[in-house]
Amino acid sequence: MGRRQNVTIKGTKEGLLLHLNDTCAFSDLVKEIEEKLFSHANVLKDSQVVSVRVHTGNRLLTSEQEDILKEVINPKKNLYIASIDSNVILKEEADRMKRESEVTVVSKIVRSGQILKVDGDLLLVGDVNPGGKVMAGGNIFILGKLQGTAHAGCYGNEEAVICAGTMTPMQLRIAGFIDRTPDRTEPANESECAYIQNNRLMIDRLLVLRKVRPNLNRFLEGGLSNG
Amino acid sequence: MGEALVITSGKGGVGKTTSSANIGTALALQGKRVCLVDTDIGLRNLDVIMGLENRIIYDLVDVAGGKCKIHQALVKDKRFDDKLYLLPAAQSSDKSAVSPEQMKKIVNDLKQEFDYIIIDCPAGIEQGFQNAIAGADRAIVVTTPEVSAVRDADRIIGLLEKETIEPPKLLINRIRTSMVKKGEMLDVDEVTNILAIELIGIVADDEGVIKAANIGEPIVMNPNSKASIAYRNIARRILGESVPLQQLEEQEGGMLSRLKRFFGARA
Ligand SMILES: Nc1ncnc2c1ncn2[C@@H]1O[C@H](COP(=O)(O)OP(=O)(O)O)[C@@H](O)[C@H]1O
Ligand SMILES: [Mg+2]
Repeated sequence: MGRRQNVTIKGTKEGLLLHLNDTCAFSDLVKEIEEKLFSHANVLKDSQVVSVRVHTGNRLLTSEQEDILKEVINPKKNLYIASIDSNVILKEEADRMKRESEVTVVSKIVRSGQILKVDGDLLLVGDVNPGGKVMAGGNIFILGKLQGTAHAGCYGNEEAVICAGTMTPMQLRIAGFIDRTPDRTEPANESECAYIQNNRLMIDRLLVLRKVRPNLNRFLEGGLSNG
Repeated sequence: MGEALVITSGKGGVGKTTSSANIGTALALQGKRVCLVDTDIGLRNLDVIMGLENRIIYDLVDVAGGKCKIHQALVKDKRFDDKLYLLPAAQSSDKSAVSPEQMKKIVNDLKQEFDYIIIDCPAGIEQGFQNAIAGADRAIVVTTPEVSAVRDADRIIGLLEKETIEPPKLLINRIRTSMVKKGEMLDVDEVTNILAIELIGIVADDEGVIKAANIGEPIVMNPNSKASIAYRNIARRILGESVPLQQLEEQEGGMLSRLKRFFGARA
């Protein structure tokens, strides 16, 4: 019986690539993966760690289905599932991604006890007073004084940066990194930025961002004229 | 219809009650009809500073609970004709004895009869604070030039932003010129730089204030002390006059240099 293939397995330099048909039932996929991998079982030596990437086409897996998949692909835990990718994402995920890529402009003083949080980048036209806190999924740009706490990349983005007109924070956080007030008596007389490099939170002049975070220039293409 | 003004701070002991007594008295001296309202239930002392404590029959909690009419609870200050009254706080109940709605009603009733209702707020940001601001149209935030007091004032200003109340004005109390000069105390500039609200007055640290409180006679009644002049000026600013900051209120240049810096930064 010439059955249509729902699962194709390709060997690549990096390991195995599993393409899963997106029109059949999920249970059929599971069955077929089990069969195919079982027939390859002799090829995969137990000692060797093989990376597996899975692509599900236009099918979006629930997290339960992802768990099932991981279980069938890797019953002996000798494979390493590098990724499960798909062409599609949930609308809510898309909305979140959109929010996280947006710049929110706020003009106010964030006072002691207040918390200002945005999902994307934050552009604060004002100060953060001691005891006040700003948080952003992305970067934080403060035109005034930062004297309170700032937490950039608060969902885990370690590439995020914090810039401030006057950088005298109580505490700086980027993703999971925490740094308290820099030990110096006089704040620098210019704007500064904070970023993570080699697992350390660095504070430096704005100028260095061009080198350490070239991706900040998102909208520059064709926008800068030297006319 | 009068106006209700709450005197608040966050931190205790910075001079809310002193300022309420003196601003209220100064407004009465200017011929306004004023009612002081003490909302510090359980820790009342506006009556003591005004020298009116032995005349109290009913209090705020009695009025809120309907035990008496507002008029029965008002204590008249005989030194000021018919200009100055006090609605005292209860000394024994706790702050939850009055609700913000009841406060609003009481203050509104008082506004029908008085030009100014001056509300003395308790320390803290809980129910007592909520009660005190419930009926207020304007607010004065009091701070001393200490880091902790400024921090609490900042918190209070943030909380007031959420209320339908005019942007608050700042009163800096207990400035000591000698300490400021030596750099041992925050100066006016440092305080206004952080709080960034309009300054309504600066009151020097003045022994006379403590003496006056002990004899139940607010310092504004003594026209010669520094603090008295400062409080009188604050009252005039409340009435809408533009009174420049006095020399001893010092550092007029503060605001100016801040403006300069602002424009400088843009250039
Ligand atoms: N300008 C001043 N100079 C000297 N002492 C002051 C001054 N203002 C307030 N005080 C004193 O500080 C103490 C606290 O003042 P008070 O008005 O009761 O503060 P609060 O109502 O904010 O708790 C009192 O003993 C008062 O006499
Ligand atoms: Mg008090």
